[in-house]
Amino acid sequence: MKPVVIVGAGPAGISAARTLLDYGIRACLVDEGLRGGGQIYRRQPEGFQRTAQQLYGFEAGKAQAVHRTLDELAPLIDYRPRTLVWNAEDQRLDLLTDNRADSVEYSRLIVATGATDRILPVPGWTLPGVYSLGAAQIALKYQGCAIGERVALCGSGPLLYLVAYQYAKAGATVVAVLDSAPFSAQCRALPALLGQPATLAKGMYYRAWLTAHGVPVHQGATLAQIDGVQRVSGIRWGAHTLACDAVAFAHALRSETQLADLLGCAFAWNPLNRAWLPTRDSAGRSSVNGVYLAGDGAAIMGADAAQMAGERAALALLEDAGVATDRHRPAVLEQQLARIQRFRLGLETAFPFPEKWAAQAPDNLTVCRCEEVSAGDIRAVVDDGHWEINRVKAHCRVGMGRCQGRLCGLAAAEIVAERSGRSVEDVGRLRGQAPIKPLPFGVQVQP
Amino acid sequence: MGLFKRLAETARPVVAFTLDGQPASALLGDTLLTAVLTCSEHLRGSDFSAERRAGFCLMGACQDCWVRLEDGRRVRACSTLLEEGQAIRRDPGRTA
Repeated sequence: MKPVVIVGAGPAGISAARTLLDYGIRACLVDEGLRGGGQIYRRQPEGFQRTAQQLYGFEAGKAQAVHRTLDELAPLIDYRPRTLVWNAEDQRLDLLTDNRADSVEYSRLIVATGATDRILPVPGWTLPGVYSLGAAQIALKYQGCAIGERVALCGSGPLLYLVAYQYAKAGATVVAVLDSAPFSAQCRALPALLGQPATLAKGMYYRAWLTAHGVPVHQGATLAQIDGVQRVSGIRWGAHTLACDAVAFAHALRSETQLADLLGCAFAWNPLNRAWLPTRDSAGRSSVNGVYLAGDGAAIMGADAAQMAGERAALALLEDAGVATDRHRPAVLEQQLARIQRFRLGLETAFPFPEKWAAQAPDNLTVCRCEEVSAGDIRAVVDDGHWEINRVKAHCRVGMGRCQGRLCGLAAAEIVAERSGRSVEDVGRLRGQAPIKPLPFGVQVQP
Repeated sequence: MGLFKRLAETARPVVAFTLDGQPASALLGDTLLTAVLTCSEHLRGSDFSAERRAGFCLMGACQDCWVRLEDGRRVRACSTLLEEGQAIRRDPGRTA
């Protein structure tokens, strides 16, 4: 019999695998990471000494529980780390493990592909020394390194303050935190954020800690330029300049949806995420029979929600497969998810999307770092009468490079929308293509 | 001088490798990206202007950290752990 396959061993995928095993189903859990855990609960390599408390702070208990669950599951299920799913069609996934190609057929599939940083490029962002906020956190958590000697952290969203806190606490010099959101926005968001007081308290704690330890935090401050020749030498915002040798920036997160796209899942515009996302019912069923969606790969809701959504999707899968499950659990999970969703609305108020970004982007700004396509190149295509994002891509190659638009796709859509006078929604979404990540030459195919 | 600064986990065993033919060293458990960027300032040249790049996302999404190993394999530096004696070559990139 074909197995149930789960893609992604972060909080959502691990929790789905655990739930399935509770009902006797040994899933095949495929994950690109070396040791699982996903990004936020990413594990340091073997032999590193730091404690969970040092690595994950307030989330240490949750991270350890997720890791423990994976360690318990691994020998009991078909766990495949270091494995990229690069294509999906017709009840089959194409895989790549350590340069070996393989494929797996599935009876049902849970897609828990997670997220990456949402990037709005600024001049100078391709310089060595500039990273996403998530990258800055991985350098520290996974490798014990800071991205530089004097680090500026910019953009917006909860990760901004978390990374600043983690860096300063680990002994890095954080020369400035630039939050593009004004303080007034965070005040307006308070009522909604109070729905999750513990999470709110953590955010306020990081913020207060930074101030108490002399880390300069500038609000309503938009990073305008990163200076440097061969590597970063400083940043500019407003009338300010500041010397530094590393910058990390991002505006919240974006979902990894390529696999859902290749599977033929229906997509809909999601105003809260400001993105086209695969549709799902409250249990996580996609529009495609037997395909379920969970975690940040379906919509950005964070690790706690991902864990609940993974369990919920697994219960839906079991129910659809005719397995009798706990009848009360789904309602409990859905109520908790709804509460987190309300908090998420508050976060969007506290850290609003910088609507003016596209209009302010200079023509010579590199938007696509793979193909080196500038904002001006994109605008020229729009001025020729094109506005649908895949059409624009065909004309100027924005989003056509190795990253397949993961970094530039949303930014390009913003520029097209602004220039053409349309909504970002109308511009559409970049279609996913297999292989969803580059495959090396010389891949060994198993007979 | 390197781009990255080590803040913790510095008591790990030393691993020798070569970078563009020059001897270098890093620590066991380093990714190729960490190994290269703690002793130098870039990983590759870009495909259209040979501009220096040093990775960006560190999570396998941006594809801007590819380096070459002596067997000809191209690997993502952010998601490949360093092994003793590896010969890492940086692609100089191309100008359009």
